[in-house]
Amino acid sequence: MTSSLRRDDPPTDVVAPKAAPSTRPRPRIRPVLLTHLAAALLALLGVVALTFLVGPIEQLRIAKVGYLMLAIAGLQLLVGASGQISLGHGAFMFIGAYATALTVLHAPMVPLAAIMVLTVVVGCLAGIVVGAATARLHGPYLAGATLALAVGLPALALYFSDILGGSNGLLFKMRGAPPELAGLVTDNQWKAWVIWFTVLVALVVLATLSRGRLGRRLRAIRDDEAAAAMAGIPVGRTKVTAFVISAGCGSLAGACEAYLLGTATPSSFSLALSLSLLAALVLGGLGSLWGAFWGALALVYLELAGKELADLLGLSSSVADNVPLVFFGTLLIVIVMAWPMGIHGALSRLSGVVRRR
Amino acid sequence: MAPTAPSPLMEVEGVTVRFGGLAALSDVGLTIAPQSVTGLIGPNGAGKTTLFNVITGVVRPQRGTITFKGRPLRNHRPHQLARLGIARTFQGLNLFERMTVLDNVIVGADPLGRSRLPGMLTGLGSYQRDERELTDRAMAVLEEFGIADVAHAYPSTLPYGLQKRVALARALVAEPELLLMDEPASGLSGADMADLAATIRRCSQTMGVVLVEHHMDLVMDVCDHIVVLNFGQVICSGPPSVVQADPAVAEAYLGTPVQEAAGE
Ligand SMILES: Nc1ncnc2c1ncn2[C@@H]1O[C@H](COP(=O)(O)OP(=O)(O)OP(=O)(O)O)[C@@H](O)[C@H]1O
Ligand SMILES: [Mg+2]
Repeated sequence: MTSSLRRDDPPTDVVAPKAAPSTRPRPRIRPVLLTHLAAALLALLGVVALTFLVGPIEQLRIAKVGYLMLAIAGLQLLVGASGQISLGHGAFMFIGAYATALTVLHAPMVPLAAIMVLTVVVGCLAGIVVGAATARLHGPYLAGATLALAVGLPALALYFSDILGGSNGLLFKMRGAPPELAGLVTDNQWKAWVIWFTVLVALVVLATLSRGRLGRRLRAIRDDEAAAAMAGIPVGRTKVTAFVISAGCGSLAGACEAYLLGTATPSSFSLALSLSLLAALVLGGLGSLWGAFWGALALVYLELAGKELADLLGLSSSVADNVPLVFFGTLLIVIVMAWPMGIHGALSRLSGVVRRR
Repeated sequence: MAPTAPSPLMEVEGVTVRFGGLAALSDVGLTIAPQSVTGLIGPNGAGKTTLFNVITGVVRPQRGTITFKGRPLRNHRPHQLARLGIARTFQGLNLFERMTVLDNVIVGADPLGRSRLPGMLTGLGSYQRDERELTDRAMAVLEEFGIADVAHAYPSTLPYGLQKRVALARALVAEPELLLMDEPASGLSGADMADLAATIRRCSQTMGVVLVEHHMDLVMDVCDHIVVLNFGQVICSGPPSVVQADPAVAEAYLGTPVQEAAGE
């Protein structure tokens, strides 16, 4: 098959390139880091603008979407990219929140940025321990081990109640907006910005690594461990790496939550949280960071819708407390049955259809 | 070829593997010359795939040694082989199903990458150069195999013959010195089979190839040397003409219930 001129080409066109030397468009490779930084900057500006349009409670919710997205995105790296499963990701949020609380209480001079870095380090260390211990576990065994972590770790707060504050947790004060901006920016607004800035920095790292060699290694391991190993990929070590990064993200998300609320309590890192994170990931869509975004949105706003529904029905509090969970669970089942690839999968299929029109 | 026998690329000596009571391999030895095609044949269950598993470190033999380029391979793990220059295709396809054809082959080129963990995380260092070089290298191999136009397709959407080519491209993209092929022709049409024979011959100009195959036409056509396994033992070895004439080989094949696919 040689490339020939179209029949209706004018014969005088002698300079037409005859055998164009395989002008297949080379896959273009954009500078990944710059692209991601630019996208993150845009997103941050969007969040800043949004906080001016909404009230203080909504600002808190925006911040919550941010750190939940980070936790889900970390889980996404583990579940969607490397094919491991964790039912205990809330445990790493617990670690981050308590690391933050303890630092603020015992070393109030440490600046916020340093606390955030510290919680990432602590989370990664915990990830190394857990990841190495569970490296040889697959499927249900890994799920079981991480489940035990989610149940066991918050219990520590009760056991070491003199340090970790028991079931009431730790209460502390964190500075909000800097005094120079008083009157212009509310504390809630400022905290939402700080949290989204932190989250976006972490997401840039996640997006960059997913796009490159490490992400490909993880996906290869997820699809076929034997073939990945034959391609020279150290399977065990790479899986632990994914676990550690994912734990670091969870811990940082926990730190953001503690910073926002000024508390760290064991009940906010229950097994239900771990399961909700995983459910939100599936709901949002496995395999893309966008899935984490939709998942976080769903987690915050479906819970809200569930609460409103319970109020509307005038249910007693013992029933009403469970309505959001039931609501979320039902929606999860419906959405996953309708769109097995989650919200992101459905949206990308939709945009594909629209573009083809 | 060279007048004196070149030093072997790989030597397998006295390899014995038992799975419970089953002797999958007993005292198996073979020598693989560089730039040659060695056929490894035998009826179903003879131990051919098991021998590949031993060579690639998936299965630990009870006894026996493997030497690659004069250096013994001891307690080696599968992921170390790519960097030594050993590649393998699997009896199944073992493609990465949720990755595009291009990404499948880029993973095969992973050993050529230079970035280290910090660079992979941050996009700094050799990240960008790796992306460019590995992609270019993979695209070049896809062109070579005539599958560049499906670079962005998912393997499962392609006809079986093309999927087989993707698997082969993935194994070859890092330019190994030894290629282990486990039944590359199974499920191929006649035309694809002819392409495969040409590819194997082309490979053997730069690397040693070990070919496990049931299609005797292909084996007799491309192999310089053939080793016949039966119930885990080497029952015959030599050039195609010798193996073809050996009554023990005919008996081993006739004794099996499954009649091997006789050509087309
Ligand atoms: N991991 C294992 N555990 C137990 N038995 C095994 C294992 N792997 C292979 N076997 C057995 O070892 C014997 C040799 O198997 P092998 O797969 O090496 O045969 P083969 O020559 O590749 O056959 P085929 O042509 O069917 O692919 C078979 O009886 C098989 O059932
Ligand atoms: Mg086999």
